[in-house]
Amino acid sequence: MKRRFSPMMASRRSFLAGTGAIAAGLTFAPYKSFAAEEKKLNFYNWDTYIGETTLDDFKAATGIEASMDLFADNDELFAKLKEGNPGYDVIVPTNDYVERMIKSDMLMPLDHGKIPNIANIEKPFLDGAFDPGRKYSLPYMWGTIALGYRISAVGDTPPDSWGAAYDSDKYAGRVSLLGDAQNVIGHALKYLGHSFNSTNPAEIKQAEELIIANKKNIKVFADDNGQDLLASGEVDLAQEWNGDILQVMEEDDDITLVVPKEGGLLWQDCLCIAKGAPHPENAHVFIDFLLDAEAGAAIADFIQYATPNGAAKKLMSEEYTKNPAIFPTDETLARCEPAIFLGAEVVRLYDEAWTRINAA
Amino acid sequence: MFWFLAAPGTFWLVVFFLAPLAIVWALSFGEQTSLVDTEITGTLENYVRAVGTPVYLQIIWKSLWISAIATFLCLVVAYPVAFLISFVRGRWKMLLLVAVILPFWINLLIRTYALLAVFRTRGFVNFGFEWIYNTLWLDTIFGRFQPLELLYNNFSVTAGLVYVFMPFMVLPLYASIERLDKSYLEASLDLGASQTRTFFRITVPLTMPGIVSGIILVFIPMLGAFLIPDLLGGTNAQMIGNVIERQFKAANDYPFGAALSFLLMYATFGALALRAFMAGRKSGMEI
Repeated sequence: MKRRFSPMMASRRSFLAGTGAIAAGLTFAPYKSFAAEEKKLNFYNWDTYIGETTLDDFKAATGIEASMDLFADNDELFAKLKEGNPGYDVIVPTNDYVERMIKSDMLMPLDHGKIPNIANIEKPFLDGAFDPGRKYSLPYMWGTIALGYRISAVGDTPPDSWGAAYDSDKYAGRVSLLGDAQNVIGHALKYLGHSFNSTNPAEIKQAEELIIANKKNIKVFADDNGQDLLASGEVDLAQEWNGDILQVMEEDDDITLVVPKEGGLLWQDCLCIAKGAPHPENAHVFIDFLLDAEAGAAIADFIQYATPNGAAKKLMSEEYTKNPAIFPTDETLARCEPAIFLGAEVVRLYDEAWTRINAA
Repeated sequence: MFWFLAAPGTFWLVVFFLAPLAIVWALSFGEQTSLVDTEITGTLENYVRAVGTPVYLQIIWKSLWISAIATFLCLVVAYPVAFLISFVRGRWKMLLLVAVILPFWINLLIRTYALLAVFRTRGFVNFGFEWIYNTLWLDTIFGRFQPLELLYNNFSVTAGLVYVFMPFMVLPLYASIERLDKSYLEASLDLGASQTRTFFRITVPLTMPGIVSGIILVFIPMLGAFLIPDLLGGTNAQMIGNVIERQFKAANDYPFGAALSFLLMYATFGALALRAFMAGRKSGMEI
């Protein structure tokens, strides 16, 4: 997922692409019956979040031509679809945004009968509090947020707590945190022993004060390019999506990651069909294809995120399936929490705290 | 005939400028009723929140300051450049003008990203300094070169703003310097004024229209900048543009974002009106 260039970049790029999608959507949207659906599909995905040949393979297998647009973060995805679907069929929101979009009536229910490859998905992923019975979403990839660090810079005591980034001057000026309110404040809450999804104003305030007090040691709130800062030597400690750090670990042996002992965010990106999708039939076919064992293995092998696809895992090397940076131990997972959509009022609390943190 | 000629422009203005502006203005008096719906209720709550919470005024104040400093730096750098362009002749003039406009051919985002590579710890500026440092054998005296922290602070944001908006300052300055009747300068020098005095008493007043339009063209977009502080800034780089952007994305609070945008717009209008008023008082009719 989230190896994106920058939020702005993708929003510009996908703005143009989006206009294309609108045009495409207008030409053929609701007039034809499902049976006569043309052989096209509009996929709205994160950057570098699909296999190198997946879309071509899909076309070879089904004759459907999938075009892909990219979004940079869930907020962009949500904002783009908020005023009506500009022509996308399959989208990939993260679990809390799935919840948000279900509540806002932005998703189309899935017809499980048309997706036989659901059988490939591992049991624990077949249900979720954010979408009971998985009526609207199926799992695509999952992971954590971790602390990536440069091994030669941490000495004999590698960091094992969020405190290294939130409450210590050991790495003064060599730390980057993520660039959004929920993740930065959420992990401060974890460090303080609260829930990632705290709605208690006093706890949020406490997290805010912790971050403000430690701002002198933080170099930058990186808009999801922490792994690049780590790779270029700009910082020694970076809070990032685990797969992003993995991607730079492949190029640099001096970098590794840890899910701190307090635990962190456990996320799941989901395949959904947007309401008003011009090609709902093809969308089901596409989701089924992505959940196929071979296609799923090719994707996971390329993007290095954890797949919930059990059949795909069987086809993959131990280097992937036994990698603790990709599949954290059960013990670690037990300490992690999924993000919950907390409602507009709490979102505002977080945003105001974040504004004050940035202004301090 | 007039209406025929005015129709395309009017259409453009109404559909792509006034209508969106009116929608945002209406939103600023709205309330969020659900995640996706906003109801225009005529409430002033958004404005009260924006003005009543010190942090937002503080951020606006900071944005004004950064923009003012960057505008001033733009002016100081652009003036000699514009002067040079208007005094060279023929092919060189074209080449220099193209050099000023050339950056527009590259996307703003790409240019801003390029600045990252220039300013970072292991970036070109630091490499350059290190090379000079080592060539002068300073490393044998003072020890290893310590790279400068050029990125992720107010310096890099200001430098980025100056860099990106510089052409908007050079071009109006160039236009007004080009129109300047050079015989006034000769007269002033002939009559015994020094170069400095001639510059401040003759050149600057005569090119004032260019200076003012340059300042307006540069200062106002700088106030709303969010990309540059986002990419180049450190932990306290936030400008009001970032806060507004967030209201339309992460915070999903269109009414409040609209109110903040319009506050900024009222402030800009206020400043422009003030300028027109001052200029009007000073020179009678001419504004």
